[in-house]
Amino acid sequence: MRGIEVSLNQTQKIRLQRALQQLESLYSKANSNTSVTVADTIPISYEDTILKGHGTSERDGDVVATLCGVVERVNKLVYVRTLRARYKPEIGDIIVGRVVEVAQKRWKLEINFSQDAVLMLSSMNLPDGIQRRRTAVDELNMRTIFVENDVVCAEVRNFQNDGSLQLQARSQKYGKLEKGQLLTIPPYLVKRQKHHFHHLEQYGVDLILGCNGFVWVGEHFEARDSIVEDQLNDTEQPSTKSNMTSKDMPLETRRSICRIANAIRVLSTLGFNLTLEVIQETINLSSTLNLGIDEMLGSEFHVLVAEREAERRTSMTKRKG
Amino acid sequence: MEFVNPEGLRLDGRRPMEMRQLRAEIGAVAKADGSAVFEMGNTKVIAAVYGPREVQNRSQQINDQALVRCEYSMANFSTGDRRRKPKGDRRSTEISLVIRQTMEACILTHLMPRSQIDIYVQVLQADGGTRSACINAATLALADAGIPMRDLVTSCSAGYLNSTPLLDLNYVEDSAGGPDVTVGILPKLDKVTLLQMDAKLPIDIFENVMQLAAEGCKAIANYIREVLLENTKQLEYRRGL
Repeated sequence: MRGIEVSLNQTQKIRLQRALQQLESLYSKANSNTSVTVADTIPISYEDTILKGHGTSERDGDVVATLCGVVERVNKLVYVRTLRARYKPEIGDIIVGRVVEVAQKRWKLEINFSQDAVLMLSSMNLPDGIQRRRTAVDELNMRTIFVENDVVCAEVRNFQNDGSLQLQARSQKYGKLEKGQLLTIPPYLVKRQKHHFHHLEQYGVDLILGCNGFVWVGEHFEARDSIVEDQLNDTEQPSTKSNMTSKDMPLETRRSICRIANAIRVLSTLGFNLTLEVIQETINLSSTLNLGIDEMLGSEFHVLVAEREAERRTSMTKRKG
Repeated sequence: MEFVNPEGLRLDGRRPMEMRQLRAEIGAVAKADGSAVFEMGNTKVIAAVYGPREVQNRSQQINDQALVRCEYSMANFSTGDRRRKPKGDRRSTEISLVIRQTMEACILTHLMPRSQIDIYVQVLQADGGTRSACINAATLALADAGIPMRDLVTSCSAGYLNSTPLLDLNYVEDSAGGPDVTVGILPKLDKVTLLQMDAKLPIDIFENVMQLAAEGCKAIANYIREVLLENTKQLEYRRGL
């Protein structure tokens, strides 16, 4: 059993337990018991043929799980959806990664996958925005675009035959992320959605929920094209860059970034699904309570968020029923 | 020395076929992909799993399967006399190898080519049976990390003292110098993946002792299963829809 790593006093413990129990009862009402552990037999009806998906294998005619997780059935396909595992990429996913290596015509990105992902120079738009063949000069200038330890946002392009992953960044919304915080959370908490880029207008903050569990909270850029100009200017006068960045962002924005980041931290310690709605609710809860940013990571706020979430889910199921 | 008294009780009050109390907890190391603490009586072991991740040393990369590495260590404060142990002594290298081989046998390495899985186990309290406890902790941590496996490997030791087969030896019984059989099995497949014994035993007695250890492994497997299932359920309902 995974405990929540926050020190709680006795009343807080009971309140948290009650909230979690409520969540459990809601869940068990909606779903039948489909959790399996390694080497459990998955019940199937033998009349119809089935397709074995991820996390399953066959043993003496039975379908057996090779992972801990939840059994999912889609028509004939039977697979085990894991919870706490590394990221499993799908084509078109929006991911946030960190550059670990600048190699020949490519960057290698750490994205919480079993291998480093590859972002080719040819599969990204150059800062000048002109479509053309990449020359040797471009290759030499790769470090002006991304260097090691830069945080980059990109899209999953395809898998190579050998299982390695190719990325692309062909739009202005992708590229280097600056002035913000990177959070790493378990990827099962991020659901694939239509939108992973969110602009929280009231705070002037951008929120990118990467499918790989890397979440970016940073200052909002109005026109994405202006970043390109900034980058060019930066390369011309690298000495002023550090002064610029600290001057650029107002204190209020920096505070909001921290507040949003802490809201995400709380939700991920509690293991709640991260959607824009839930994150915003958590931020609002913290600001209506007049909590300081540092107090958000305290035990009391964890309990409050858990109670609020239980309430929210109860009202949702009532509305449905 | 008398290890089983006339009433049939052992030094710590257990019956010969009784195991020590088990306790397992998943998620002890926040940064790891999977982690677990496993306790058998006073023996306490922590395990952390990292990976599958990019291979750190390119020359070790295997093109059709994952590379499994294991590091075993004992904390300075784990034994009765506090002493600094050099890293990489013969004993810990041997146990690292044993754990690596047992875990590699059950991980479906061919599903994660060109990647590496690191298993770190550390003994926090040593009271006999550290080898088995380490394997059990590593299994839990691997399952927590969502690494595909054939089966959950579990391990348990058994010994033969005062002409009685004893299950799950503690430190005093272990250091008596009698035979100590450590068995690791795949409970659902009913296969043995690890069998170690120091000292000699007649073959008919050995079979009894090994049978006893295998029974112990199955009991541990049942417990581990319960813990894992409870953990999965909890993660799922907390996540919501």
